[in-house]
Parts: sequence; structure tokens; C-alpha cells
Amino acid sequence: MIELRGVTVELGGRPVVAAVDAAVADGEWLALIGPNGAGKTTLLRAIARLVPCSGEIELAGRPVGALSRSELARLVAVVPQEPSTPPWMTVAEYVLLGRTPHLGPLAKEGARDRDAAARSLARLDLLPLADRRLGTLSGGEKQRAVVARALAQEARIVLLDEPTAALDIGHQQQAFDLLDRLREESGLTLVAAMHDLTLAAQYADRMLLLDAGRVVADGAPADVLTEVMIASHYGASIDVVPVGDRLAVVPRRSARHT
Amino acid sequence: MTIAAEHASDVRVRGLSPVWALSAVAFLVLSLAIGVLAGPVDLGVGAVLESTLARLHVPGVSTSLTPTEEAILWEIRVPRVILAALVGAMLSVAGATYQGVFRNPLADPYLLGVAAGAGLGATIAIAYLPEGLRGQRALPVAAFVGGSVAVLLTYAVGRSARRERDAATLVLAGVTVAAFFTAWQTFVQQQNSETLQQVYSWILGNIPSTGWSDVVLILPYVAVAIVVILALRRVVDVLSLGDDEAASLGIDVRRVRLALVVAATLGTAAAVAVSGLIGFVGIIVPHAIRLLSGVGYRALLPLSVIIGAGFLVLADVIARTALSPAEIPLGVVTAFFGAPFFALVLRTTRGGAS
Repeated sequence: MIELRGVTVELGGRPVVAAVDAAVADGEWLALIGPNGAGKTTLLRAIARLVPCSGEIELAGRPVGALSRSELARLVAVVPQEPSTPPWMTVAEYVLLGRTPHLGPLAKEGARDRDAAARSLARLDLLPLADRRLGTLSGGEKQRAVVARALAQEARIVLLDEPTAALDIGHQQQAFDLLDRLREESGLTLVAAMHDLTLAAQYADRMLLLDAGRVVADGAPADVLTEVMIASHYGASIDVVPVGDRLAVVPRRSARHT
Repeated sequence: MTIAAEHASDVRVRGLSPVWALSAVAFLVLSLAIGVLAGPVDLGVGAVLESTLARLHVPGVSTSLTPTEEAILWEIRVPRVILAALVGAMLSVAGATYQGVFRNPLADPYLLGVAAGAGLGATIAIAYLPEGLRGQRALPVAAFVGGSVAVLLTYAVGRSARRERDAATLVLAGVTVAAFFTAWQTFVQQQNSETLQQVYSWILGNIPSTGWSDVVLILPYVAVAIVVILALRRVVDVLSLGDDEAASLGIDVRRVRLALVVAATLGTAAAVAVSGLIGFVGIIVPHAIRLLSGVGYRALLPLSVIIGAGFLVLADVIARTALSPAEIPLGVVTAFFGAPFFALVLRTTRGGAS
């Protein structure tokens, strides 16, 4: 479904993403992990063609450069790290903007579009808030509105950049449970840049560990999340402990010098 | 699925609500009526109505106005009112468009150098063209050419920065070009100080009583600009999410922004060419509507057209009647009456819809 071959992105003459090869299957959940500045956001932006890159990116067998903007947007939805949520816009209006790639530049939303928006509002329990302005929502409600907009887009691939960074642990869990359910129900392919390694291990099928723009590990969470890996790329000392059939990453306090 | 289908009717966009649309149209009609009736010669409501119906070839109605009064009504007042409406509509909708496209609440129609360029064109026409040539035709044409050249230059400078995706670059280029043209204009003005007053009164703006010629001159530009902007009004809502998010929603941001900016700028250049630099309208009208109604661009843009037209017709009535037979510069009227009104709007809507 997503094929990356030798993808390189240079910003200001410096390679931020360097020769990345990766493939993501239909319906897979891939977590992009790596320390700050590793190139996770830039790689997501390259897939969505928001930043120029060299190398090849194919989506559903078609090179991303050959797609028009609206074809691309019907295939890929993006949940940015810091989405702009104009305070005057209502939740319904905001979610309907997700229908943009399905409309001509001069068209307005029809019954099908309102239907799609209603479905994604319902899925995120936002129907009671449909007429509320974004400026009056809490952080968690806003985040749900952003995900609802991405769902209304009805794209098969959803790219998420730190989708839950602003949420507390309960809302993080709800958001990821929901994304996981949507993936199962609708066969979505999810690629998410994530900082929280435990959450990533709980939900992702596969992990791609980036450091300085390069792929340094690619595989199941158990293969990527090792104490040695995390120590050498994050400079963190951690324990990896099994929790149920998944893994958790626990930070270890450095030995105190007395 | 069924739950969602039931709720599809909950999913609505606050477009033009009937209340707002009707109020706006009523305001415009009232303004036009006041504009046609107000003036040193009292024509009377009944006679004006009769004359209008007679012009529309309604059988059995003939005008009771004298030929002179007919001429005052149809060759002076009506064209002036229509010209004011066109200029007001254009400046308001252009301001609202710039605010959306550049995501900058302080953007006004003069952002990209149109005003400075038109000012230079007008000043050159006033200073160097012989008296007979400059009045009717040459002045608006020179102003229009100056305004368009300035904006083209802004685009060229903005593109040469090779950061075309960045709207802020374009705004900076506009500031640069405006500074250059303003310096040039000031120089020409100082070299020809006998024309100072004429240049100055042009810069402060007024709606000329030139009959239909100016209406005909700017109507095509204003009409095309308004049609293009209103056709793209939904896209302006998408652009308010920023370039990246608009692109990831399938919008070709550069192309759409170019279309909107070209339309708004050409229309503004045409409006400025006949009316001079009327300030404040492009900021105050869209913001007042936004604060009072809290709507998005797709309703704001058409409302700006209608209410902006009415607003400038009323401002022009004050400009030509308050100190009659002298005229107050229109830019002075729009700011003098607009500023307190806007302060009131700000006060009554605090914490509100913005």
C-alpha cells in the first residue's frame, strides 16, 4: 500500500530524512519512533507531498508525484501535530472541510457529504457538539474533532503526527482504542509518529526507528524496543517489561552519585 | 449507520442565514434610496419612483420631473450612488478575501502595493498631463495602470525569494514595493508642488460625479472579481486552516491563492482608480460582520459585498451633504464615522464571536 524507496528530504541543504526504504501493508499500524529531530514529522510530510523529496514514494501502486492534490487527499488524510482550529468554526463545519477532496473547487457539500460527516461525528461521539464553536472545546474534544475531520475525508491511509501529545492518559487511550477499532472496521492503514513508546508498543504492529533521518530498526515491537537500541538512539536507560502480550517501556532513574 | 443518517441533518454549515441575508439586502436598498434622494435639489420620493417606473417602461406611468431634474437624477445621482456601491462592495470583499488568504486579520485591500502604485499613477497624471486630458479619462487609467504594475512587481519580488509557498514573503514584498512607489510618488509631488492639493484630495478619496463613464469603466473588473471570489468562497474557509492543511485536504494552494489575489487586486485597482484611496472600509466592514454574526468566509464574503456597498453609499451621502456644497473627502468620512461604530461593535461583542 505504501512503498518508500530511497526517500531523502533535504531542508536547508541538510538531509533530514536520508535514504529511507520502507513498506506498509494495507490495514497495518506502523509506529514511527525516534528521538527529537529524527525526521519522523518530515517523513510523514514527504508521504503527504507537503515537502519536496527525492527517491520514490508509491501509494496504492501509484507514484505520489503523479497524483493530483485532490486524488492524493482522497487516498491520504493527515492529522497534524498542531492542527489549526479556527475558533469561530463549528465542529460540523470543521468536519465537513474533510469532504473538500470529494468536491470540485466550486461545489458545495451535498447530502452524501453531510452523511459522511455525520457518520464520523457519531463515531467520535461528537454529534452533541456539532454546533459548538471550536474555540469553546477542551483539548480532548478538539483532538476528536481533528480525527473526525480526517475520517470524513474517507481516505484509506491516515498519517498521524503525535496525535495524542496534548491529551491525558485516559484520552490518549480512548483515541488509540478508537483508531484501532476504525482500522479493524474500515481497513485503514495507520502511520503514526509517536513519542510514547509504551503506547506505541500497545497498539502498533510494527515499528520504524529513525535516528538522524535514517532507519536504524524496522520490525515488531519486541525486536525494536530493546534496552540496547533505546540506549544508543535515545540516550535513555530503560527496562522493557512484558505487560500481557505486549511490551511496556519503563524509564530507569540514573544511579545517584553520593 | 442509521443513527448517523438520522443526524445528517444536524451537520450543517452556517451559510447565509435568511435573517442576515434579508437584513443585509434591506440595508443596501435603504442606503441606495437615501443616496438617490439626498442632495441639494429635493426631488421627492414619489416623483423619483414615478420616474423610475417610467424608465422601466411601466405602461401608464410618466415622469413628473422637469428635464433638469431628470438629468440630476439619472446623470448625476444614480450613477454616483451606483459607483459608490461598486467601490464599497469591492473594497470590503477584497479586504475579507485578503484576510482569509493571508490569514491576517489586519490585511486590507492595499496590502500588496495597489494603493501606492495607484497613487503614483494618479500623481504622475496630475503633475505631467495637460489640464484637458487628465480630468475624465486619463486619471483613472493612470491610477489603474500604476496599481496593477505595483502588484505585478510585488509578485515578481515575492517569487524571486524562491519561497513561493510562504504567504508572508508576498506580504513583505508588498510592503517593499509600496515603500518604493510611495517614495517616488512623494518625490513627484514635491517637484510639482502646485498640484499638491489636487493630489492630496485624490489620495483622501471621493466618489466623482462623472455620470456613467466611471461606472462603465470599472464595472467589468468589479463584476469579474466579485464572481471569482464568491465562487471560491468555500475554499477560503479551507485556506483559513493554513497552507499545509489546505493542501492535505486536496487544495492546490498556490493556484487558488493566485486566483483569489488576482481577482481581489484587479477589482481593487479598478475601484481605487476612480475613487482614490478610501481607507478603513476593507477592514471595518468584514470585521464588523464577523464580530456580529460569527460566520465563516462562505457567508462573510457575500455579506461583505452587500453591506460594503450600502456602507459606502451612506458614507458618500454624508461626504456630499454634510458641508454642502463643499465635499468632505470620503476617506475622512469612512474613518470618522466608521471608527466609533467599530469601537462600539468591539465593545458589545467582547469575548464573543471572533
